[in-house]
Amino acid sequence: MARLKLEGLKKTYAGDVQAVKGIDLDVADGEFVVLVGPSGCGKSTLLRMVAGLESITEGELTIGERKVNDLEPAQRDIAMVFQNYALYPHMTVYDNLAYGLKNRGFKRDEIERRVREAARMLEIEEFLPRKPRQLSGGQRQRVAMGRALVREPEVFLFDEPLSNLDAKLRVQMRVEIKQLQRRLKTTSLYVTHDQLEAMTLGDRLVVLNGGRIEQVGTPMEIYARPASIFVATFIGSPAMNLIPVAYLKERGNGLLDDLPPDTDLVGIRPDDLRIQPPDAPHLVVESTLELFEAAGAESHLYVRLAGSDQPSVIRTAGQSPVAEGETLRFHVVREALHPFNSASGKRTV
Amino acid sequence: MVEHRPLGNALTHLILILGVALVLFPVYVAIVASTQGPGEFLRGTLPLLPGGHALDNYRLMWESGLSRSSAPPAGQMLWNSLIMALAITIGKLTISLLSAFAIVYFRFPFRLFFFWLIFITLMLPVEVRIIPTFRVVADLGMLNSFAGLSIPLIASATATFLFRQFFMTVPEEMLEAARVDGAGPFKFFKDILLPLSITNIAALFVIMFIYGWNQYLWPLLITTDPDYYTIVMGIQSMTADEGNTPWHLVMAAVVMAALPPVLVILCMQRLFVKGLTETEK
Repeated sequence: MARLKLEGLKKTYAGDVQAVKGIDLDVADGEFVVLVGPSGCGKSTLLRMVAGLESITEGELTIGERKVNDLEPAQRDIAMVFQNYALYPHMTVYDNLAYGLKNRGFKRDEIERRVREAARMLEIEEFLPRKPRQLSGGQRQRVAMGRALVREPEVFLFDEPLSNLDAKLRVQMRVEIKQLQRRLKTTSLYVTHDQLEAMTLGDRLVVLNGGRIEQVGTPMEIYARPASIFVATFIGSPAMNLIPVAYLKERGNGLLDDLPPDTDLVGIRPDDLRIQPPDAPHLVVESTLELFEAAGAESHLYVRLAGSDQPSVIRTAGQSPVAEGETLRFHVVREALHPFNSASGKRTV
Repeated sequence: MVEHRPLGNALTHLILILGVALVLFPVYVAIVASTQGPGEFLRGTLPLLPGGHALDNYRLMWESGLSRSSAPPAGQMLWNSLIMALAITIGKLTISLLSAFAIVYFRFPFRLFFFWLIFITLMLPVEVRIIPTFRVVADLGMLNSFAGLSIPLIASATATFLFRQFFMTVPEEMLEAARVDGAGPFKFFKDILLPLSITNIAALFVIMFIYGWNQYLWPLLITTDPDYYTIVMGIQSMTADEGNTPWHLVMAAVVMAALPPVLVILCMQRLFVKGLTETEK
């Protein structure tokens, strides 16, 4: 178990393409940190730099007390779970798990003990004599995890390990990964583009955009106080509504007067657009319901604000009170507003 | 096709049977001819039923050969052919696997240039470069030796190219997983790539073995010592005595010469099928 420290990490490819533009991050011993961002944001490159599969152009990477910039992946004491599992197709599950230990010169009975232990933990004991192709996607995923587990490394690296599973299995494996990490207390770095996976798994989230860190924080911190418009719209589903301040002010509401002067956009989460008027002082906005979407436990109401082309979405627990095409009035309390400046993209308070 | 039309079925079978008969008939004639006594061929008609001299003919060819046309015993020539074919096959496979591995997995200057250099040698079969190659082999003192028989034929652009194409379909993550698992380049090659290529190796083994076995012009050029005669060129020398050729004996040699490639195909076919049903990338 070890602390993982990234200082000013940069990756520049041939042709001066910058994939990672200076990342500082300190992952505490035993912490589960999730790197999240849209495709092309550099999160996978960053993970592969930590793994040693990509060279580090600039900056310093420390695992435990060692600077590992120039070490081979095998010498960094990390284990990685790949997106497509990358199991060795011609080896049995047992050999897949044992291969890394054999290469490190472990004794046969120690290998046996560790493989059995990992297999028991992941409930894949009965598959040990089988070949990967005889397993289902979820079982292969477990074997890939097992291969990382047997090594008992300082750091686990996960590269979108759940993206090849169906939705149901993904939720199940997500819970299992979380429980496993809690039990083993191994420092982990996990890459995903799925914000729900990120929110539920991580002790801390790192939201990446264009090779830079947008925000670091616990999932709830990031959800409750997104530091930029990018984070605000990326985390949370459906995405946060962005409404120009001018539009709301026109509707004659003194509630917005205390916003910082450079605020020109406010973000409102779909759950904070209330159909029932709350007791606290609030804004009232009129809109036209364009589409009603029932998703079981919740419903999404797609509306267009009155006197504007601005689309928004409301999340509510119940049924739609009005039919599509009719006018819908909704309410927002002052605390639900996230003030942003559209030019800088940053939060103003 | 799941159609059931009796007439169509019969017709297709008839055509297929005719095709098979057309291919197999000469083989049958060769086998029958190798069982005849010395006088049979002088009558001018080709006998179509097996004669009673099979054992005598084969034993004679295996043990003593045709001393009249200075052909050594077929047993020895078969042995020579086997050594040459195996040396060529194993050499080709080793070299092409290693060079494909280098071209696909290592970044070195002029990588593509070297690949294309190998690739264009596809255009130069033995027959084209036979004079300069002969010169080189002669100057190196490799005439009348197994080294001379096999080494000049070992380089193989075809196999290198095929292995390159196959290696490129192996997912990159496989290499990365092996690196994380502490396998160096040669461990990766030995533990991961080789087992994955086993079907390709089997297929190329068959092709290369037959290629090596059937070499005619090259052994003819560089061997003057009967100890190094191969069976394919040996058969030719048996028929040199025109009008007087003992066809029943030559045919016995022909049948023996045809057997090893057939055996190789039969053995490797099991591997093919196994590979086709079990391998998965």
